[in-house]
Amino acid sequence: MKFIDEFRDKEIAEALVHRIQRTSTRPIQLMEVCGTHTVSIFRYGIRGILPEQIRLISGPGCPVCVTPNQDIDLAIALSRQSDVIIVTFGDMMRVPGSTSSLQKEKAEGRDIRIIYSSLEALNIAKEHPEKRVVFLAIGFETTSPTIAVAILRAKEENLHNLFVLNSQKRVPPALVALLQSQRVKIDGLILPGHVSTIIGTNPYQFIAKQFGRPAVVTGFEPLDILQGIWMLVKQIEENRAVVEIQYRRIVREEGNPIALRKIDEVFDKDESRWRGLGLIPDTGYRFKESYKEMDVRNFDVEVEVPKEHPDCLCGEVLQGIRSPLECRLFKKVCHPENPIGPCMVSIEGTCHTYYKFS
Amino acid sequence: MCLGIPGKVVEIEKNVAKVDVGGLLRDISLDLCPDVSIGEYVLIHTGFAIQKVDEKEAEETLEFLKEMVEAT
Repeated sequence: MKFIDEFRDKEIAEALVHRIQRTSTRPIQLMEVCGTHTVSIFRYGIRGILPEQIRLISGPGCPVCVTPNQDIDLAIALSRQSDVIIVTFGDMMRVPGSTSSLQKEKAEGRDIRIIYSSLEALNIAKEHPEKRVVFLAIGFETTSPTIAVAILRAKEENLHNLFVLNSQKRVPPALVALLQSQRVKIDGLILPGHVSTIIGTNPYQFIAKQFGRPAVVTGFEPLDILQGIWMLVKQIEENRAVVEIQYRRIVREEGNPIALRKIDEVFDKDESRWRGLGLIPDTGYRFKESYKEMDVRNFDVEVEVPKEHPDCLCGEVLQGIRSPLECRLFKKVCHPENPIGPCMVSIEGTCHTYYKFS
Repeated sequence: MCLGIPGKVVEIEKNVAKVDVGGLLRDISLDLCPDVSIGEYVLIHTGFAIQKVDEKEAEETLEFLKEMVEAT
């Protein structure tokens, strides 16, 4: 396919690896923030072809994985109400909540439907005016404008039975928390290409200015990732720290202003709870006044007290502090058929990727 | 979750485009990327075009990389 196949060229990949080898003189750790990057890095064996002194660690960039149990438990509790239809992106179905999952609830007969696009939630609400349709809205800035469009349309069309369980996350302030915590050494950041398609590069400037770390917005094909790593290695070796774009065919400095306006019309920034990282300021959204009636957090529903498996390391894996290989559940009890934590469920979860490729 | 895939716009009706994605035609919302023309490529995420593919930038990146191979 155009714009994909050209960026998988073997000869160029080898030349890039050679350049990286020649440029790199010291041991460094680079974090790939985005789960889609983690999958590409494993799929193309990139860890294996880099010089040993360049270590890649996976970050928190998997929306399914960072969704806390509280929100999954709330979705489960809502699904048990007879007048509710839950609509969700497919990845969320198998994520274990405290004692159940949406998939188990569906098997019990609850009305839970998988959607591919937020606009399908609108259609389901229109087709079932007698039901309350609850959209489990998860995702980073890549997905948030699409969720905002669905909400704006519901308002325009006077649709009163579409509600939103808002568990969306904003990436840059989570990186502040990660860099501030200093629990993991990060010499440079491979920034998420598609989140950046929406937000551009301005929201990341603090990485260079405040923390003195280089960062490169990178695409997802092997040449993109290798070029991104080369750009980071060059910055580190030259003692520079700026935010650069490797993924120029898609990402502009200003992002996508139309998409950003859609988000702004519906949401304000708010704190949000992340699995593993806890409550972080400005990493989520709350509804603006005129859209508050769509917030399911206003519903009167009893939700169980959240609990997690005591041995699951997902929270630490998400921060790059531990590797799935250090988890005693990994591959023994926890595998894709029986995931204990969300990092094993999502196809972009670090544990799932390790399971599949190692 | 943040997957995006490029596709070629082959038809536009109001704010929905028919986009050729690897030979399959899909209806894609242009709400977030209205300024596209037939023949251009867009990046698709969950049924929405979220950005136009800048063909010139793609060529320049590849050109730069090919020159690097020659210089290696």
